[in-house]
Amino acid sequence: MSKDFGIYGGQFVPESLMTVLKVLEREYESYCSSDEFKNEFMYYMRQYVGRPSVLYYAENMTKALGGAKIYLKREDLNHTGAHKINNAIAQALLAKHMGKTKVIAETGAGQHGVATATVAALFGMDCEVYMGTEDIERQKLNVFRMELLGARVIPVSTGTGTLKDATNEAIRTWVARAEDTFYIIGSVVGPHPYPTMVRDFQRIIGDETKKQILDAEGRLPDRIYACVGGGSNSMGIFYPFLEDKEVELIGVEAAGLGIETGRHASAFAGGKPGILHGMKSSILQDNECVVKTAYSVSAGLDYPGVGPEHAYLHDIGRVRYTAIKDDEAIDAFKALCRYEGIMPAIESSHAIAQAMKEAPALSGDKVIVINLSGRGDKDVNTVAKYLGKEI
Amino acid sequence: MNRIDKKFAELKALNKKALIMYISAGDPDIKKSEEFVYALEKGGTDIIELGIPFSDPLADGPVIQEAGLRSISGGFNFEKLGILVKSIRKTSEIPLVVMVYYSSIICYGTEKFVSLMEEIGIDGVIIPDLPYEEYDEVKPYIDKTDIYMIPLVAVTSGDRVPMLVKDAKGFVYCVSSLGVTGGNSNFDARIDGFLSEVKKNTDTPVCVGFGISKKADCDRFNRICDGCIVGSALIRTINSSGGDPKAVEDFARSLR
Repeated sequence: MSKDFGIYGGQFVPESLMTVLKVLEREYESYCSSDEFKNEFMYYMRQYVGRPSVLYYAENMTKALGGAKIYLKREDLNHTGAHKINNAIAQALLAKHMGKTKVIAETGAGQHGVATATVAALFGMDCEVYMGTEDIERQKLNVFRMELLGARVIPVSTGTGTLKDATNEAIRTWVARAEDTFYIIGSVVGPHPYPTMVRDFQRIIGDETKKQILDAEGRLPDRIYACVGGGSNSMGIFYPFLEDKEVELIGVEAAGLGIETGRHASAFAGGKPGILHGMKSSILQDNECVVKTAYSVSAGLDYPGVGPEHAYLHDIGRVRYTAIKDDEAIDAFKALCRYEGIMPAIESSHAIAQAMKEAPALSGDKVIVINLSGRGDKDVNTVAKYLGKEI
Repeated sequence: MNRIDKKFAELKALNKKALIMYISAGDPDIKKSEEFVYALEKGGTDIIELGIPFSDPLADGPVIQEAGLRSISGGFNFEKLGILVKSIRKTSEIPLVVMVYYSSIICYGTEKFVSLMEEIGIDGVIIPDLPYEEYDEVKPYIDKTDIYMIPLVAVTSGDRVPMLVKDAKGFVYCVSSLGVTGGNSNFDARIDGFLSEVKKNTDTPVCVGFGISKKADCDRFNRICDGCIVGSALIRTINSSGGDPKAVEDFARSLR
């Protein structure tokens, strides 16, 4: 199995972790390609997550925008409200197979932490979630959710006290405790084999989409839009379409207050090659190579790097990457509520905003799919605050 | 001759073990770093590791992380490292090893980095997040010079040990524990067996680091190995003494 995606990816970790990663790679390759794993994974996908998630024709939105026919891939309808659960279940099954009794995870906004706490409860595993002190303050509700599910939230105050530091601390902890502990990474980031593994666990989104759009339209879509933070929902929906060159793939990063302000989370608009969390990828850095703090109204896109496979797809031009600002994402959030009675996550609202910009210019015989990666209930407070409303 | 080889030859002739000390370069500024280097040398230090600060140092514990952040906010960079080392080299021939995360090398430019190290008189480079599988990114450039790339070996390296040490030059850096730098003296139970295994596989001097903070730790490992590496404990001494070079010198001496 290749550890690199072009010049990106790799395993840039201390030697102490190398044997652990080799064992993980071996177990992943042998167990996750077995029927035993596939059957068990699909059982939980159907019975616990509620898959397949529907591909919904957004008729009102299509008519209002007056262009391409718009479909929404409804990952927001999954148990726990986002695509994160697919990967968390798969990694927990692998952990169980490897005889690990404890899982650890990093979290920024808390979504991946909640997904990990959920699967730990389901499989009876001990769970610790590393979270920056800044994020704990901003995401109190998710901290409480994780605690209700039986997880311990470990505050990380080093560095900037955000997701990137929580991830560093989770990796450091894993180095010391790998004997009985499995590290469930939440996105297509980290050292090999994580980016490949997480992509393979999320490709179910794209595999389902392909089948569903062929059933509905008898052909593949013209464009697929998905938001990109670390990039797991987008890799998941893009991957099965990479060889279908007629399908244009659009990855939407967070432009925050605007790329020109420097207050954003776009690894492609403002990043350069570097190492973060054991991978080589496009990373936001200042002139002295210090990793910069990303900013976005959406906590889930607020990551200073991007998965190495995205960096590769960017360089070879297979995926078109763009970025959406906070205000545009909030407008899209409100628009989808009104058009369809669906409240999207602010993360997913970035993909919706980009599609809303482009759909009117396309003719009515074009078909586009937007990955609605999560539901927006968690974001109601953030949106109210953004709009200056007291609730 | 590389200064590291020269130093180990001298130590061997005297039947002594190496004392290697780590400071975070530029914490709080390069003027202070230079004073610390001289104080360490006076206190009997054989080799000095200059840590290049990085915002996300995966192998380091809180003490070195915070030292690095202070150095970063003091405006430290490779240009300043150049000024620091050139100034040290005017009066001192102590072997200097740079400990640098790979991201900083990529950002500066690999070839440019290697020529800078050569130009200013660095003897070895340790890249804690560049495992054997990724060596080809940097080692070919370093090997064109007289500078040594110091390999790291861990308690969990297992059957990787022969591969990791087979071309080792300068010294082999053995990581004493599974955690990060700055831990306590509760060393991994497998440590002694691991160190003998490394010794068996190489004639290059073998030194131990991570969690070594006092003379008793050094004595314990020097029975099996060729030297010890102390970092976080030194930085704690610097912090608690308010950056007093005399305290630094005394601390180094206390480890001999």
